[in-house]
Amino acid sequence: MTFYEKELQRIKAVVYSNQSQIDTVIGIRNYLDTNFENNINLEILSRQRFVSKFHLIRLFKKYYGLTPRQYLIDKRIEQSKEHLKKGLSVTQTCYAVGFTSLGSFSTLFKEKTGKAPAHFQKEQLSRSNLATDF
Amino acid sequence: MRVTLISIPVLDQSKALKFYTDILGFIKKKDTPLDGGNRWITLVSKDAQDGPELLLEPAPLHFEPSKVFQDALMEAGIPWTQFDVDSVDEEYERLLNLGVSFSVKPTEMGTVKFAVFNDTCGNNIQIVETL
Repeated sequence: MTFYEKELQRIKAVVYSNQSQIDTVIGIRNYLDTNFENNINLEILSRQRFVSKFHLIRLFKKYYGLTPRQYLIDKRIEQSKEHLKKGLSVTQTCYAVGFTSLGSFSTLFKEKTGKAPAHFQKEQLSRSNLATDF
Repeated sequence: MRVTLISIPVLDQSKALKFYTDILGFIKKKDTPLDGGNRWITLVSKDAQDGPELLLEPAPLHFEPSKVFQDALMEAGIPWTQFDVDSVDEEYERLLNLGVSFSVKPTEMGTVKFAVFNDTCGNNIQIVETL
């Protein structure tokens, strides 16, 4: 067994010994992955896995390094990029990925990608036109 | 500042280019000749061609400490870096069929599943799936 494998086993025993916690957070993440376009709140998540809201946030952050809300936002922004590339309007995209306010969608999109949604879309579409021009 | 480049030291650039494109499936983005037969070769992921580029650099051939460090990591089984995949199991099967050799078979550890293979150019590389 290599040094790396031994280290992994050691870390696994220390950090990942509580399988029921791991099952809980994996279940929450799967739920977020398949329901991100719906209205999701902590209440719904905690009911999914029968854990208290605050415990849930703590557990999720412990294993994934970010809160369920941060994870959900990242997921929605990633998905919104795909919609924008396909030509959906900014408003359609906003609602399609589960945001309920156009203002907060635009702000978060710009925060995460450095560009406003419309600007991102314009760049993507002009790029695909370029490809066919040449 | 932006992260655009990640480098991997390789013992043979041509061999590495072939392995990383033909076997792993990356796409060549830049290939510029440099002094002494060296090249500036960068690769990108097929589905993130605007994303960070992977530089295949010939450091271990020209800078002894780089070689020493690379060999030590290899010996200890420590991956030089890791790549995300959708399914570690599927990628493991696919690479195994292409003759790639694995030092760690698909293994679950908490919220991740991973495996480690030999890139034939001096490095262990880890593939990871978040569960």
